[in-house]
Amino acid sequence: MARSLHIVYFAWVKERLGKAEEGIDIPDEVGSISDLIEFMVAHDSLYEHVFSDLAKLRFALDQEFVPINEPIGDAQELAIFPPVTGG
Amino acid sequence: MIKVDVRFESFDVGLEMSGLSDLGGGAVASFVGQVRGDGKVAALELEHYPVMTEKALRDIAETADDRWPLHGITIIHRVGKMLLGEQIVLVCTSSDHRKAALESCSYIMDRLKTDAPFWKKQWNRDGSSEWVEERQSDLDAKDEWRAD
Repeated sequence: MARSLHIVYFAWVKERLGKAEEGIDIPDEVGSISDLIEFMVAHDSLYEHVFSDLAKLRFALDQEFVPINEPIGDAQELAIFPPVTGG
Repeated sequence: MIKVDVRFESFDVGLEMSGLSDLGGGAVASFVGQVRGDGKVAALELEHYPVMTEKALRDIAETADDRWPLHGITIIHRVGKMLLGEQIVLVCTSSDHRKAALESCSYIMDRLKTDAPFWKKQWNRDGSSEWVEERQSDLDAKDEWRAD
């Protein structure tokens, strides 16, 4: 059964996608963030373009920084953004 | 006592430092980050991840509090657009002694650069803009604390 995930975007990821957030129904075979990116890229060329260089993307699951191979599990919110540059 | 504040408005450094001085330690250290002029920069615009930012800053402060004997920590980080010379960030720490206050202040800044969800867009004098890229020197600075 597909489950729903809220995705938020920041900085140039948000600008290039042209949206700040969206809900995505993810199929069972998607386990990790990496799987999800692959799924999104396969379904829409917009993602293929913006997510072309994975080394330039960072992730947070339910507001905790995680690596790309992190299982999504029961998380409610995924954030996708470039490396942080505060301070 | 940990105080974390993410906001649009600027801050009064003296007021924030005196708040920590009142806690009774013999040493108060502070760092203020400002918009740096390097010729073409006119302003910086700071974006953040509202539901995550305060928690990330609090985690950094708590780690510093566990590592050094501190009386108080204040972290203020602004978001929105800031012009050349304007204050962006303030970190203040208070302790009984100089070393703990200075070291913890430096540690918090190094962690803040790499472990808090802020992104800087640079606005240039000619009206163009670009997202600031991650710097290896910031990542190295954070890693140095791990070696201790």
